Amino acid sequence: MRRVVITGAGTINPLAHDVPGTFAAFREGRCGIGPLDIRDKDRLAIQIGAQVKGWEAEAHFNRQQITLYDRFTQFALIAAKQAVEQSGLNFDGHLGYEAGAVLGTAGGGLITSDENFRTVYEEGKNRVHPFVVPKLMNNAAASHLSMEWNLRGPTFSVATACASANHAMGLAFQMVRSGAARAMLTGGSEAMLCFGGIKAWEGLRVMSRDSCRPFSANRSGMVQGEGAAVFVFEEYEHARKRGAQILAEVAGFAMTADAGDIVTPSSQGGERAMTGALRDARLNPEDVGYINAHGTGTAANDKAECAAVAHAFGQHADRLMISSTKSMHGHLIGGTGAVELLACLMALKDGVIAPTIGYEEPDPECALDVVPNVAREARVTACLSNAFAFGGLNAVIALKAV
Amino acid sequence: MAESVQEKVIRIIAEQAVLDVSDVHPHSTLQELGIDSLGLVESIFAIEEAFDISVPFNANEPGKSDFDISSVAAIVAAVEGLVAQKAA
Repeated sequence: MRRVVITGAGTINPLAHDVPGTFAAFREGRCGIGPLDIRDKDRLAIQIGAQVKGWEAEAHFNRQQITLYDRFTQFALIAAKQAVEQSGLNFDGHLGYEAGAVLGTAGGGLITSDENFRTVYEEGKNRVHPFVVPKLMNNAAASHLSMEWNLRGPTFSVATACASANHAMGLAFQMVRSGAARAMLTGGSEAMLCFGGIKAWEGLRVMSRDSCRPFSANRSGMVQGEGAAVFVFEEYEHARKRGAQILAEVAGFAMTADAGDIVTPSSQGGERAMTGALRDARLNPEDVGYINAHGTGTAANDKAECAAVAHAFGQHADRLMISSTKSMHGHLIGGTGAVELLACLMALKDGVIAPTIGYEEPDPECALDVVPNVAREARVTACLSNAFAFGGLNAVIALKAV
Repeated sequence: MAESVQEKVIRIIAEQAVLDVSDVHPHSTLQELGIDSLGLVESIFAIEEAFDISVPFNANEPGKSDFDISSVAAIVAAVEGLVAQKAA
């Protein structure tokens, strides 16, 4: 079994258009949630979201590319460019055959679907653009990454709702660890902030109309976000020999299914995923200093997740830190685990724990150290990143400092 | 004769609970009828559609919502209030 390390990271999200900017926002506890700016907003009950601001596709892509790139593909390409540049890897030669891309996304090109449904149903047109299908398909972003960077190995997309990015990164990790690939681009991307994307979520009645306050007794629900993060996962010896900068080691991964309810999470499923990731990483519970929570800010998630942490970690649950950065960047659905892994990188590399902002009132059912409102300096050598999806699908990644 | 608000609400709840309307009483609670949180969200959707009203209900804080769901009678009263507001 080979060791796997992260040698590059890139992102575009509601807080910033790169990793240093995102770390700065995490440190400041800045909130990226605000009034939505989308078409037909007046017909939505939910008026807030965490949108990527100041995004100009034309500054990055030519007209032909934009014709083919849905917003989620654009985000993935920008994040991947930053990650590959940081890693210093060149896939043009033989390495390209030993490298691939596994990306998580729940909605794929949902904005493309939304716009074209309007065209044919609302406007009554009988013709759509010829590239609607290659633009909206769920694997579009992964495929464009392969074309952009000459990745000729395992390449596909993973769709497990809110756990998509963690499942994708877990699979990429397993491929490098097993020797099926030497390097992988992996992470997740989502661009669901369009009329149909928000309207569907409204129906569930779990969306907040004011802010995202995970673990706070007066929480009012989740807030949707958008964006992407992409990482370079590389075989350790390969990275070491070329003198690459190593950001962290991907130490373990586990996935479980609740086999229970289609939306209500079970604490046992989350607990088994966390203990599984620890076992896979050969970590003891006491080794873990920080958990990036799934922390959606819904009552159902937050209570089940805190119970899961308490069971998985026993007495150590009271000594570790757990925060939900969704309070700042919102819930990026299929891309969320990737942006949240950045908070783990910051904890391991910079010794700064991103806070749970918006925290106002303690909830006795969430009596853990949730790093309320203010970032904290702490030495952490191992952390977990949780993702628990609708459908009862749980995926937890363990990172270690190198 | 047109169906009263109470009859309509009971019909919706009975359908959700897969019960006969005669088994749904004003004093029944949703829990007694076997309606869980998802069933509640579906019932509220059906009520909104049936009466063309908007029900203020957030599943994260059902207790804080202005819409009383403690019993069938409470739901009927809340719906009557919303229907009256719409007419006003």
